[in-house]
Amino acid sequence: MARITFIEPDGTPRIVEAEPGMTVMEAAVKNNIRGIAAECGGACACATCHVYVDEAWREATGHPEAMEEDMLDFAFDVREASRLSCQIKVTDALDGLIVRVPEKQF
Amino acid sequence: MTEEVIRTDAVVVGAGPVGLFAVFELGLVDVKAHVVDILDRAGGQCTELYPEKPIYDIPGLTVVTGQELSDRLMDQIKPFGAEFHFGQRVESLERLGDEGFRLTTDAGTTLECKILVIAAGGGSFTPKRPPLPGIEAYEGTSVFYSVRKMEHFRGRDVLIVGGGDSALDWTLNLQPVAKSLTLIHRRAEFRASPDSVNKMFALVENGDVSFKLGQVTKLHGTDGKLSSVTVKGADGASFEQKAEVLLPFFGLTMKLGPVADWGLNLEENLIPVDTARFETSEPRIFAIGDINTYPGKLKLILSGFHEAALMAQAAYKYVYPDKKLIFQYTTSSSSLQKKLGVL
Ligand SMILES: Cc1cc2nc3c(=O)[nH]c(=O)nc-3n(C[C@H](O)[C@H](O)[C@H](O)COP(=O)(O)OP(=O)(O)OC[C@H]3O[C@@H](n4cnc5c(N)ncnc54)[C@H](O)[C@@H]3O)c2cc1C
Ligand code: FES
Repeated sequence: MARITFIEPDGTPRIVEAEPGMTVMEAAVKNNIRGIAAECGGACACATCHVYVDEAWREATGHPEAMEEDMLDFAFDVREASRLSCQIKVTDALDGLIVRVPEKQF
Repeated sequence: MTEEVIRTDAVVVGAGPVGLFAVFELGLVDVKAHVVDILDRAGGQCTELYPEKPIYDIPGLTVVTGQELSDRLMDQIKPFGAEFHFGQRVESLERLGDEGFRLTTDAGTTLECKILVIAAGGGSFTPKRPPLPGIEAYEGTSVFYSVRKMEHFRGRDVLIVGGGDSALDWTLNLQPVAKSLTLIHRRAEFRASPDSVNKMFALVENGDVSFKLGQVTKLHGTDGKLSSVTVKGADGASFEQKAEVLLPFFGLTMKLGPVADWGLNLEENLIPVDTARFETSEPRIFAIGDINTYPGKLKLILSGFHEAALMAQAAYKYVYPDKKLIFQYTTSSSSLQKKLGVL
């Protein structure tokens, strides 16, 4: 079990519990986190599950692969910390993860 | 534009997997169909969103990719000679009483049909609009999501944003007509075909195209006329970029679109249907696939195929009111096999 904090666009922190094996996007959708649209259901084909990973967690979550990097071209206001949450797999090591939901997903 | 009207039995709106299979089921009962899709190819979500991804729940096919499924369906429906109108969005629906319907596309094609099959899935694929404040005011005058007429861009300062094939293709195509052409992308890598990327960099080297790293954050102008944009550069510092025309290419998203204005009952952007005929609240108008809703609905390709089969039975009765439909198997019916071209 890993606890993930989503900071919603208006600044509200929402703490949810996620099972290892699911994706951060799935944890968000299951808990109705505002601002995660996930139109393609996790196929890395829509870029509407964009999040900013908290500085302290950047190493632990790793870096986007080529396909994700390509899809990030379709996201808005992409930064160093940008990830597509459907491409981050939850593990026990991510217990405590903090991600910010951008103001706009498109 | 020719005023010629295309007359046919059925028009299928949407060439997703379900719209394609509808052509098959309609074909078996001698109902001729025309298919319209805003995309420039068949397959709907399967080819637009996940062409390379595996699908595991198509009966009889252990695994098939989105692209393969679409290709196989196109192959399977070939005998019925349906005509496809790609790159066109069905805009309006007019009722012609007992005669059926008249549909008009954004390319000016007019189709008249006896029955209408809405297989519009999650809606028509539409270009994504960057969430830049006030962008709506510039759309159609300074901001464009596609290029219909190149002439429109002659002698203007054009700014293209994006790193895919659309962005690169239009950079190459519009460079000769534009007064100046700037391409802005958030990184120096591109998803576009390497050939286009090389050609673009050659133009940059020649001084014909200007390429900058960054992301547009603000638009400036008055009365729908763009004059410049603010760009956040790769180093985080912002700069101003002159632009009379902005072409943002950020991919496609599904929006219900014109179907919403056709006077049909809608429930949360879905069309309620009955589960014996998959007909909408209006006789002769059917809705199948992801666009419809009914108790127990599953948004699966499998379910859409079933809906297409039952829809075709009901459609037959409108197209051939005086005939009786005999239930037949493709395995054993020589008349069906003739239609399929296997006999
Ligand atoms: C990533 C992903 C994975 C999936 N995996 C599976 C799976 O494993 N198994 C499964 O069964 N399903 C799966 N699905 C769902 C499946 O793709 C859909 O159920 C299916 O595509 C629905 O088909 P459809 O023909 O109803 O609509 P769509 O595929 O959405 O096609 C509708 C078409 O209609 C067009 N259109 C709409 N309005 C208009 C208009 N006014 N004018 C012109 N054209 C119009 C659109 O452009 C579109 O091409 C998946 C979906 C996604 C996104
Ligand atoms: S859910 Fe579509 S890219 Fe992540």
